[in-house]
Amino acid sequence: MTPLSFALAHSLPEIVLAVGALALLMLGAFGAGKRDWIITEAAIVILGVAFLSMFTQLGDKALIWDGAFVDDSFGRFMKALTLLGSLVTLLLSREFMAREGIDFFEFPVLVLLATLGMCMLISAQSLIALYLGLELMSLALYVIAAFHRDNVRASEAGLKYFVLGALSSGMLLYGSSLLYGFAGTVNFAGIAVALQGGASIGVVFGLVFVMAGLAFKMSVVPFHMWTPDVYEGAPTPVTAFFATAAKVAAVAITVRIVMSAFPGIKPQWQQIVVFISILSMALGAFAAIGQTNIKRLMAYSSIGHMGFALVGLASGVEQGVSGVMIYMAIYVAMTLGTFAAILSMRIGDRYVENIGDLAGLARTNGFMAFVLAMMMFSLAGIPPLAGFFAKWYVFLAAINGNLYGLAVIGMLASTVAAFYYLRIVKIMYFDEPARPFDRVNPEVTAVMAVMGLLVLIFAFFPGPLVVESATAAAKSLF
Amino acid sequence: MFGFGILSGLVFLPLVGVAFILALRGQDEATLGNVRWAALFTTLITFALSLWAWSQFDTSNPGFQLVEQKSWMGSGLSYKLGVDGISMPFVLLTTFQMPFCIAASWDSITHRVKEYMVCFLVLETLMIGVFSALDLVLFYVFFEGGLIPMFLIIGVWGGKRRIYASFKFFLYTLIGSLLMLLAMMAMYGVAGTTDIVTLLKTDFPSSMQKWLWLAFFASFAVKMPMWPVHTWLPDAHVEAPTAGSVILAGILLKMGGYGFIRFSLPMFPEASQYFAPLVWTLSVIAIVYTSLVALVQEDMKKLIAYSSVAHMGFVTMGLFSMNTQGVQGAVFQMVSHGFVSGALFLCVGVVYDRLHTRDIAAYGGLVKTMPLYAVAFMIFTMANVGLPGTSGFVGEFLTLLGAFGANTWVAFFATTGVILSAAYALYLYRRVIFGVLDKPALAGMKDLTAREIALLAPLALLTIWYGVQPGAILNACAASVDLLIKNYDAALKATKLAALVLN
Repeated sequence: MTPLSFALAHSLPEIVLAVGALALLMLGAFGAGKRDWIITEAAIVILGVAFLSMFTQLGDKALIWDGAFVDDSFGRFMKALTLLGSLVTLLLSREFMAREGIDFFEFPVLVLLATLGMCMLISAQSLIALYLGLELMSLALYVIAAFHRDNVRASEAGLKYFVLGALSSGMLLYGSSLLYGFAGTVNFAGIAVALQGGASIGVVFGLVFVMAGLAFKMSVVPFHMWTPDVYEGAPTPVTAFFATAAKVAAVAITVRIVMSAFPGIKPQWQQIVVFISILSMALGAFAAIGQTNIKRLMAYSSIGHMGFALVGLASGVEQGVSGVMIYMAIYVAMTLGTFAAILSMRIGDRYVENIGDLAGLARTNGFMAFVLAMMMFSLAGIPPLAGFFAKWYVFLAAINGNLYGLAVIGMLASTVAAFYYLRIVKIMYFDEPARPFDRVNPEVTAVMAVMGLLVLIFAFFPGPLVVESATAAAKSLF
Repeated sequence: MFGFGILSGLVFLPLVGVAFILALRGQDEATLGNVRWAALFTTLITFALSLWAWSQFDTSNPGFQLVEQKSWMGSGLSYKLGVDGISMPFVLLTTFQMPFCIAASWDSITHRVKEYMVCFLVLETLMIGVFSALDLVLFYVFFEGGLIPMFLIIGVWGGKRRIYASFKFFLYTLIGSLLMLLAMMAMYGVAGTTDIVTLLKTDFPSSMQKWLWLAFFASFAVKMPMWPVHTWLPDAHVEAPTAGSVILAGILLKMGGYGFIRFSLPMFPEASQYFAPLVWTLSVIAIVYTSLVALVQEDMKKLIAYSSVAHMGFVTMGLFSMNTQGVQGAVFQMVSHGFVSGALFLCVGVVYDRLHTRDIAAYGGLVKTMPLYAVAFMIFTMANVGLPGTSGFVGEFLTLLGAFGANTWVAFFATTGVILSAAYALYLYRRVIFGVLDKPALAGMKDLTAREIALLAPLALLTIWYGVQPGAILNACAASVDLLIKNYDAALKATKLAALVLN
């Protein structure tokens, strides 16, 4: 039994988020209604504090709360990405929410609560804790998906997400109960010990259901159907939040559960991961070609990218785990940069989402066109941009794990995917200018500039840092 | 400086020019002039620096020189640059051609000048990087990174079907390169490093060699381009602006050949021997078939593009004959083709700037109004045909000699290509330069301006100089080529011996 202070010290970011969210809720409910914007600012500060508080946490691995949660460097890496995703989302959301008339104080509070759920999810070390984190995250996400409640598309998105999300939670719970029944414990380490001798049919069933539930949250094929509709319907900052923070958390827990609970039945889960990875890469590549709405396109693109990230996991080795971590870090930067650009697509005070609206952007707003073009080339995985290094590390792991078929299919899919990324570049650079966009707000410009720079000079500056810390952090899972 | 050497300077100097150009504000004529001058000065300084690098280079040393190394990404990759006798000529070719490209675009590019110059300077950085990288991943980064600026150059400043051409160029090259990337990962898995110098000494298992060879072949054959994956080239050439075509024909195509010499031959000797007949067959088909296709072209640029494919056929044929004449001839042919085809595209650009058509039928009798142009065009046409006394002859002759040593039939069929090349090149020349000057639009055509003479004269001199004095290039690469062939033969002998012992 560890002392309480030890456990508290290792839960610092979660505590900051929980206390902060509740305090802001009180402030919002009883404070002056006219100053709701302060709550967004405060939420940004809280996320920043939670991020910084992780630097007080040292040590490779610490089991806390009776082994229900773990604080390790893998989790800290992923939590850092999640917190950054949430923070930038809130930064991007301020102008959008105000213009759309939905700048209520509940939004930042819900984002904080969802982030708290994600952090718990990432550090979950037992099935109960996993479900706890997952539901806290999901319930908050259902609400913010439909945050624009007078908008039909947003309501539809929220409802769709809720119904399908509830179904997937059910599957996850069912799988968990099977696992508990056959392994006799909910603790990941305990399950790993119980499964050392191989898998019984019940365990395989449990594994499949758990993976299905998690696949839904990662939005990978065949549990991706909600993604395009929700991405398109939800308010754009919310979509950015789904595409970054929520995905990081879902991928993190998938990696964690597979690596720490199922090392003994690797052939069983490897099949599943290879299967969903191939399908996601293929669907992401082909389905995005016909899209005209840029948020829908990003939805399919994100499905494809989750497939690529899972290539690293499929290898089942330490190198693959660090590959997934690097992939997610780069993916978050690329996605945030792209969504910052999408949030700048405003003509005559109205937000537009058609790819055609970008026509000739290079001549009307050279900076934005350049950033978006770099994001597109990076998403396509063209060196020397960051996206190339993301692909390099996951495919390297796959090749070393002898998954040649997966690697070749992945490469072919990424050539197909390059087509639609190029199409956006083509529209911005080759076509004649359409109506210019309104002036871009400085916060959004700053986000674009920072993310663009990170992606552009990844090979020099953040790259070595990210790669080294991911390599070191991946060790804590083994 | 800061532990970086001349090669780093060469690689990153163009980016300094980019930073300077981006710092220039305004869209007026004076600013655009400054942009052009800044780009020209950057390329000239880079060329001067490369000459200095050349003076530091010891041609008798077959190994890598001017090597510099820094750890990179903290996981086995390294930032390692170096040149040997094979890559040095290509570095010089690149830095030499860039000022011509900038100067050729002086008047013909009038919109988005700043972005245009930035694209070219970034491209120069990447091309020099390709030829001097000594780390697989670094090589790939430079090799593939070139797609971005070239895509924009074709797509933004190209002709009518520019969008189709730019997409075709990008996707064709990308799919080949991605397979090569997988092979690189597999090599990293075996050798535990991406250092090219170490990999050159690594023995890959022979079954693996074949797969690796095929993956590299997928990339280099597209880049080269070899028949039947050459179809992107005519499109890209026709639609690209003049300077884009010069770079494409002059340098980007050479990356494929360079890749064969640097990777395929020395790293996978058994597979190279195994697949040599395949390469010969494709080369001969390319030489004969694309020469025939060139005969019936109506578009000047397209004709030269097909002739490029044929000439690259000589290169691959020479390389895989794996003897001194063949490999040295291939290197020579690539360098020579670099400025001959570049010059031919510049020649097309000269008349295109005046008449805005590349249709051969629109011209005729130009010798009457443009005598100087007729002379310049004649020199390069003759070099393209491979007339003795021009640099084109040396490369073709040596590669044929090499092929003859390896396989007589290959040499026999390839030689017919020489005749065909004379046919299409002279036919083009006759239709454009001679004949009756009866088209009213041509009557007022002005002869070469001072700028155009300054562009074409040095290229013409070099064409003849290297035709008479081929030693300048051959000696540079001789030591490295000898080492390459020695190692190749040794590797094959070792496998044969191992096979005997096992039996």
